[in-house]
Amino acid sequence: MIPATKSEQPRGHIEVADFALSYDTIDGAVEAVTKANVHVEPGEFVSIVGPSGCGKSTLLNAVAGFLKPTSGTVTLDGEAIDGPSADRGMVFQQYSLFPWKTVRENVEFGLKMRGMDRFNRERAARTLLGLAGLSAFESHYPERLSGGMKQRVGIVRALATGPKVLLLDEPFGALDAQTRVIMQQILTNMWQRLKISVLFVTHDIDEAIFLSDRVYCMTARPGTIKAEIAIPLERPRQQAMMMSSEFLALRRGLMSLIREESLKAMGGEVDDLALQGLSIDLRGQTLADVV
Amino acid sequence: MEQVARRVAEAGAETVAEAAEPASAAAPDTSVPSRPVRSAARAKRWLLLHRAEIRAVVVGAISLALFLLAWHLLTKYRVNMHVRFTNVPSPAAVLEKFERAMHDSKFLMHVLLSCRRIVLGFLLAAVIAIPLGLIMGRFRLAREMIFPVTEVLRPIPAIAWVPMSIMLWPSNEESIIFITFLGSFFPILINTLHGMSLVDPVLVRAAQCLGARETSIFRDVYFPATLPHVFTGLTVGMGVAWVSLIAAEMISGQFGIGYFTWEAYSLVQYADIVLGMICIGVLGLGSSAIIRGLGKLAMPWRRE
Repeated sequence: MIPATKSEQPRGHIEVADFALSYDTIDGAVEAVTKANVHVEPGEFVSIVGPSGCGKSTLLNAVAGFLKPTSGTVTLDGEAIDGPSADRGMVFQQYSLFPWKTVRENVEFGLKMRGMDRFNRERAARTLLGLAGLSAFESHYPERLSGGMKQRVGIVRALATGPKVLLLDEPFGALDAQTRVIMQQILTNMWQRLKISVLFVTHDIDEAIFLSDRVYCMTARPGTIKAEIAIPLERPRQQAMMMSSEFLALRRGLMSLIREESLKAMGGEVDDLALQGLSIDLRGQTLADVV
Repeated sequence: MEQVARRVAEAGAETVAEAAEPASAAAPDTSVPSRPVRSAARAKRWLLLHRAEIRAVVVGAISLALFLLAWHLLTKYRVNMHVRFTNVPSPAAVLEKFERAMHDSKFLMHVLLSCRRIVLGFLLAAVIAIPLGLIMGRFRLAREMIFPVTEVLRPIPAIAWVPMSIMLWPSNEESIIFITFLGSFFPILINTLHGMSLVDPVLVRAAQCLGARETSIFRDVYFPATLPHVFTGLTVGMGVAWVSLIAAEMISGQFGIGYFTWEAYSLVQYADIVLGMICIGVLGLGSSAIIRGLGKLAMPWRRE
């Protein structure tokens, strides 16, 4: 079912070169992303972080095939990407499970699209769900699941067809902090076993460092790649690592990069000085005193 | 697949063990009373759990009884306060008529004929309006071509079509079915179209990422996503179908429950007027119940 890997060709090499994308408005073209270069090696876990509205999701959607670059190229294993397809599995922030399909039918959907017969499809979906700890819920409709369970189904559904790469668009953004940590571990575990390339978009710096081999940091609009940071933390990664000095140093570095961009994204009035002024005004007083 | 399954299995097994989200704790309705409860206690629990529904039934019954009582008193004393109840038949008189009508093949024929017209007109409307709405929702050119015409025709009440309908169709029966069809056609079309415009584009993208092509996106995403709105359209359409049918029968019919009611007035059979009215009400109620039931069957994910 999975395309034969006997010929051990590199699978899942993403190359985004000189990528630019602009929208037409009444005032002329507005650039969302400009001159972005991103690559993901086969089996690598790469994240893109940046302030909101910087175009990181735009970039991901172009790799998924939903958007076409205005200029530049997007290729997977050397072939230009032309529209969405099952070789790029996608996980969405809003889960995007089909509400009218049961958990198992959701997982089966991609397999059905490839023409797999019902018997094999059911068996494959059951196995995958069992492994994700969701067996008891296979005949539930998504509405009845918790957010963490929904996203587990979302990930399993995207992996079921054996894609070359997995694209995730802030997949854990809507989850509470505890569930998010568990989901991060589930994802890294699956990724390590499957040796699949991952492109992960998030605005959560800790998440990006904890999960990735490399992190791209994007600038405010028009978005472009500001920095590329290798994460040399050893694997498997444990939650305790998030307290290590190595982790914290990486975190500080990324934080200051992002902070600059976030302030830019919020407009000229909010600069560092203004923020400092605010904290000075409040010094020694409670908010109630001020108001 | 085997490979993926095995690898995911290993990955999953670890993480699930770590996950502080035990499957059983999250299942809301798998808890069964641990000890067998005696039937009396069970009955008590059932009453307790359903007290809101029981209350609604009891209050509803009281309300209906009060309505019948008011009707009875108003007609018994032939109240005449601007509104005249002098000629209005009493509940007892209507009941007596009803019992007689139940054995009267002519009355039953009127009812059956109206039902036949509703079924034909309504089904025809559903069979044409639902696919048309889906196509208009999916293809912009179809929408741009058809929508202006439907918008012009839609505000015309089905009753206003009676003269035109008589001209268009060779038989009276066909023109009445046509008017019933028109009444339900537009609510079904407009609701289907509206449902199509509300389909979450992210679900379409999700399907595309899983390898779905145009036909399967239509079948597995657009259609089920629109279904709740289709059923809203069918419910509204059924209501308007009855309104249109009764009006058409009163104006140009020779049979049917609408004609029966109108004829009763001409023949000074006042109890029959009320019998006809109640019959129309019950048939309308029954047909919307059927549509609700079909909706539940067609959309199991929306239960409870």
